[in-house]
Amino acid sequence: MTLDPAVVWLTIFVLSVFVGVEVISKVSSTLHTPLMSGANAIHGIILLGAVLVTGTADSGLALVVGLVAVVLASVNVVGGFVVTDRMLRMFQRRKPAKGQPAGSDGAGR
Amino acid sequence: MSTVPTWVQLVYLGCAVAFILALKGLAGPRTARAGNLLGAAAAAVACAVPFLHLDLDHVGLILGAVALGSLVGAVGARRVQMTQMPQMVALFNGVGGGAAALVALLELEHLVEDGAPTFYLVATAFTILVGSVSFSGSVVTFAKLQELMTSRPVTFPGLPVVFGLAAVAALAVGVVLSTASGASVWLGVGLALLGLAVGVLLVLPVGGADVPIVISLLNAFTGLTVAAGGYVLQNVVLLVAGTLVGASGTFLTLLMAGAMGRSVSNILFGALKGGSTLGAGEASDRPVRSAGPEDVAILLGYADSVLVVPGYGLAVAQAQHTLRELVEVLQARGTRVAYAIHPVAGRMPGHMNVLLAEAQVPYEQLREMDDVNGEFKQTDVVLVVGANDVVNPAARTSPGAPIYGMPILDVDEARQVVFLKRSMRPGFAGIENELLFDPKTTLLFGDAKATLTKLLGATKAL
Repeated sequence: MTLDPAVVWLTIFVLSVFVGVEVISKVSSTLHTPLMSGANAIHGIILLGAVLVTGTADSGLALVVGLVAVVLASVNVVGGFVVTDRMLRMFQRRKPAKGQPAGSDGAGR
Repeated sequence: MSTVPTWVQLVYLGCAVAFILALKGLAGPRTARAGNLLGAAAAAVACAVPFLHLDLDHVGLILGAVALGSLVGAVGARRVQMTQMPQMVALFNGVGGGAAALVALLELEHLVEDGAPTFYLVATAFTILVGSVSFSGSVVTFAKLQELMTSRPVTFPGLPVVFGLAAVAALAVGVVLSTASGASVWLGVGLALLGLAVGVLLVLPVGGADVPIVISLLNAFTGLTVAAGGYVLQNVVLLVAGTLVGASGTFLTLLMAGAMGRSVSNILFGALKGGSTLGAGEASDRPVRSAGPEDVAILLGYADSVLVVPGYGLAVAQAQHTLRELVEVLQARGTRVAYAIHPVAGRMPGHMNVLLAEAQVPYEQLREMDDVNGEFKQTDVVLVVGANDVVNPAARTSPGAPIYGMPILDVDEARQVVFLKRSMRPGFAGIENELLFDPKTTLLFGDAKATLTKLLGATKAL
């Protein structure tokens, strides 16, 4: 008895759908923009696919098309993660260091 | 195809788990940055794997292409202004979709030679079609948000017919492509071209405030495209990562549409049925009460409680820092001040939080709509800076209005309202705001930055 490979793939797909919905179901609207941008970066993993098909290209045309895909996917994955990080850095609590006068906030509470 | 070594499969499994944890991390403010970095690390590891275990050709060219793309992506990501974040995300999303479509086209060639089973061809056709839709759709949303073209809905007579024909043709070609006898690379190219047309026609009629929802939807599309591509290439990382993004992106799109009180189909096709986001778009000449910065400074300076409602106009004028200074001066005088943030303030859900975080506004002073809405009644002054639609009572009172049903900030319940506005032109949704004509409303006209600077000076002088 062996499993039908197609059904195995379908199983992974269906379970991933549930995981995808579950992990972000409690996200606050504050983080919608970084979350969208971060998810956008994750699908840039198509770069892996682009590398695979380009590395096995057997004609000049296929090579060119593959290289275009590699460039596009690299823009997606690198740009996506960098821009998300830029946004998220700003959400971090600032420490009153580096010449910033401490106690400037909260003074009027 | 030869068997993939076990260690490679295990590394891919690890990367898939890392993507799940990354997405989970991104959903919480404390863990978001770590989550994002984990995702980046997983992507780097996953992309390095094929170089290690496969005898790839053209390695030098591929690495060069990776370097070029990475450079473009990183420079773009560093240079982009926070106000332009939505179009940047759209562009990154589009190139990802385009890459997936090209990958599937190349794989189609191998599948045709090998006489692959229908299942693979269906997945390949899906990847080519949806990837192309995502690419061209994202380019149009980029053009709209970057104001390379009008951001209003673009329709022409017969657009629904043309769109319908293109969609049906794309489906028909997709079906033929999926039958082993009909599959050919040229049919795949034709499918990609039809997909490009469908993407353009899908996004053209979407206007104004709805564009960001479409970005989220196209993001989910690209995710599903990558997932299908993962099946085609028999790669589990692509399948899991793509599915995660597809599922969470769809969920996020529904959340955002809910925050605007709209259904996704209404957002996409509303303009075709007439009305929807098409508004008057012209200024009214009814009387309003306006005042100078000194008067408003007195109003604010002697209030016990103030809520600030920031909108996109604030960000366009790059006035976030000045606003934060004003709030700090008021707080130093003993006034209770917080920011009331509408979920779709800015050009994208959550966008305003990013813009204020950039101006170093403490996270704790940002209040979400549901949390703050009960407090407007007890608030002395609400200062609305560059926002309009998200405080328009028409969303509650006028069933005919395009924004009817959208949850809004109940600014009209406050004791006094001050609008900082550039002009009487209606907001993004193109409809008039009754609150502007309310007797308790004061208008302060001018560019947000210049006006806030004057207001700051006047408040300091109190």
